[in-house]
Amino acid sequence: MLTTLSKGSTIPILTITAAIIVFWYACVVWLNAPFERDQAERANAEITFSQILSKTMEQKRPVLPAPHQVIVEIWNTTVMKNVTSKRSLVYHAWITLSSTLLGFAFGTLLGIALAVGIVHSQTLDKSLMPWIITSQTIPILAIAPMIIVVLNAVGIQGLLPKAFISMYLSFFPVAVGMVKGLRSPDIMQLDLMHTYNASKAQLFWKLRWPSSIPFLFTSLKVAIAASLVGAIVGELPTGAISGLGARLLAGSYYGQTIQIWSALFMAAFLAATLVWLVGVIDRRVLKQMGMAQ
Amino acid sequence: MNKTEKMTTPVIQTDKLSLTFETNDGPVHALSDIDLTINEGEFVSFIGPSGCGKTTLLRVIADLEQPTGGEITVEGGTPREARLNRAYGYVFQAAGLYPWRTIEKNIALPLEVMGLSKQEQQERIARNLALVDLDGFEKKYPWQLSGGMQQRASIARALAVEPDMLLMDEPFGALDEIVRDHLNEQLLLLWAKTKKTVVFVTHSIPEAVFLSTRIVVMSPRPGRIHEIIDCDLGDERPLEIRETTKFLEIAHQVREGLRLGHSYDE
Repeated sequence: MLTTLSKGSTIPILTITAAIIVFWYACVVWLNAPFERDQAERANAEITFSQILSKTMEQKRPVLPAPHQVIVEIWNTTVMKNVTSKRSLVYHAWITLSSTLLGFAFGTLLGIALAVGIVHSQTLDKSLMPWIITSQTIPILAIAPMIIVVLNAVGIQGLLPKAFISMYLSFFPVAVGMVKGLRSPDIMQLDLMHTYNASKAQLFWKLRWPSSIPFLFTSLKVAIAASLVGAIVGELPTGAISGLGARLLAGSYYGQTIQIWSALFMAAFLAATLVWLVGVIDRRVLKQMGMAQ
Repeated sequence: MNKTEKMTTPVIQTDKLSLTFETNDGPVHALSDIDLTINEGEFVSFIGPSGCGKTTLLRVIADLEQPTGGEITVEGGTPREARLNRAYGYVFQAAGLYPWRTIEKNIALPLEVMGLSKQEQQERIARNLALVDLDGFEKKYPWQLSGGMQQRASIARALAVEPDMLLMDEPFGALDEIVRDHLNEQLLLLWAKTKKTVVFVTHSIPEAVFLSTRIVVMSPRPGRIHEIIDCDLGDERPLEIRETTKFLEIAHQVREGLRLGHSYDE
């Protein structure tokens, strides 16, 4: 048992997790203590360190909530609530997830389309690439409200504007990765197709496209995480009433730090699951293609 | 008696063929005044140090490189026409099999490009895999095969096109000597069976002498033909032929040619 544990990554991961939790509790005491001292001073009461210690971990609106407070909040808003309830974190996660997936699908298609264009046309290569790179240097927080407002003006509301922001973030890694992937066949492989007098379409479908699949999946892992960020950011400026972004925003309006942290954890869990899922599909597909050994 | 007199149909003819690459350091004369005739059914090797243009010459024949001067005809037409007619099969230094295709699918690749029927494809796959002694490996992926087997599969892929010529660019250069010997023997058998014209680029003297009917000794800067040596060892060539006096004489002649054509002090 111990030997199998020591060989894997379980022990290192648990060690780091434990270290983070210890560090977190230390920060909880450090950051929340001033409030307790303040309270005691106002009440003209003496407060011992051990009293401070216990009180910092059960504040209603702590500067930094303790891990167990976050866990209790997550438990109460997931397992203990009906998933259709507006107070259920699962419900909010689903709202965010749906626009994440839609934006991810759009972004993937757009990224692939751009890459195909860039690889096949020198004009597009020269004219598009600088714009694609520039698009990612604009802070998404600045452009997200514009997108929402503009789309709203033309009557597009709800899921689509958020998905659009997800697409804005996720097309980039796909485009860059696929340009690299579609160009990955070496000169010898291109020459070989040339000796067969293969058409451009044959060259694409028989050589470029299959060669790019490993690159595609690497990009998709980045893109799906970016999509989630896009969806959450897209929920912030709309004053949306549902979604993880809305939970974050509402939490910060009312100083509900525990709610903010539980929404953050839900987002992190969602991101990890999505990336893992893409990884599973990646391995399946490569195995199917015979490229994984 | 000269071999070239027996086989009189020329398939490749060049006249003052030259190719100059323009680079930032000035022009590089990759090929200069190449006059060469290769007849049907011959096995001709290009040998020389790196930079002598042997691969470039092969690539010009295959229409992968465009000459800048002189004339070249392949099967009576331009290299481009020969390529479009799929007159040759090209074997590269690396097998270059597609990792996402099984061996049979790899051999089907040129056949798919040509648009042959599934049945015709299957027949050619079976026939050519048998020819390179790889039957039974149809469903394997390239990584499941050794380097030598992969190169054999790539020869089968070139043969599947059913070309008149095989153009081979140091096909066994990356393999170890034992595998190389074995493949040299197999290639000779294949040549005897198929009667195809073979143009073979190598930098190994024993390989060139063992395989060829004629050896074109080339020298660099500018890339040119230094000497063409007849290699009349007969059709029966077991590996032991390499210890005979005749073989050693020709090998010596090639070595001398390489030395004279190339100053190592440059």
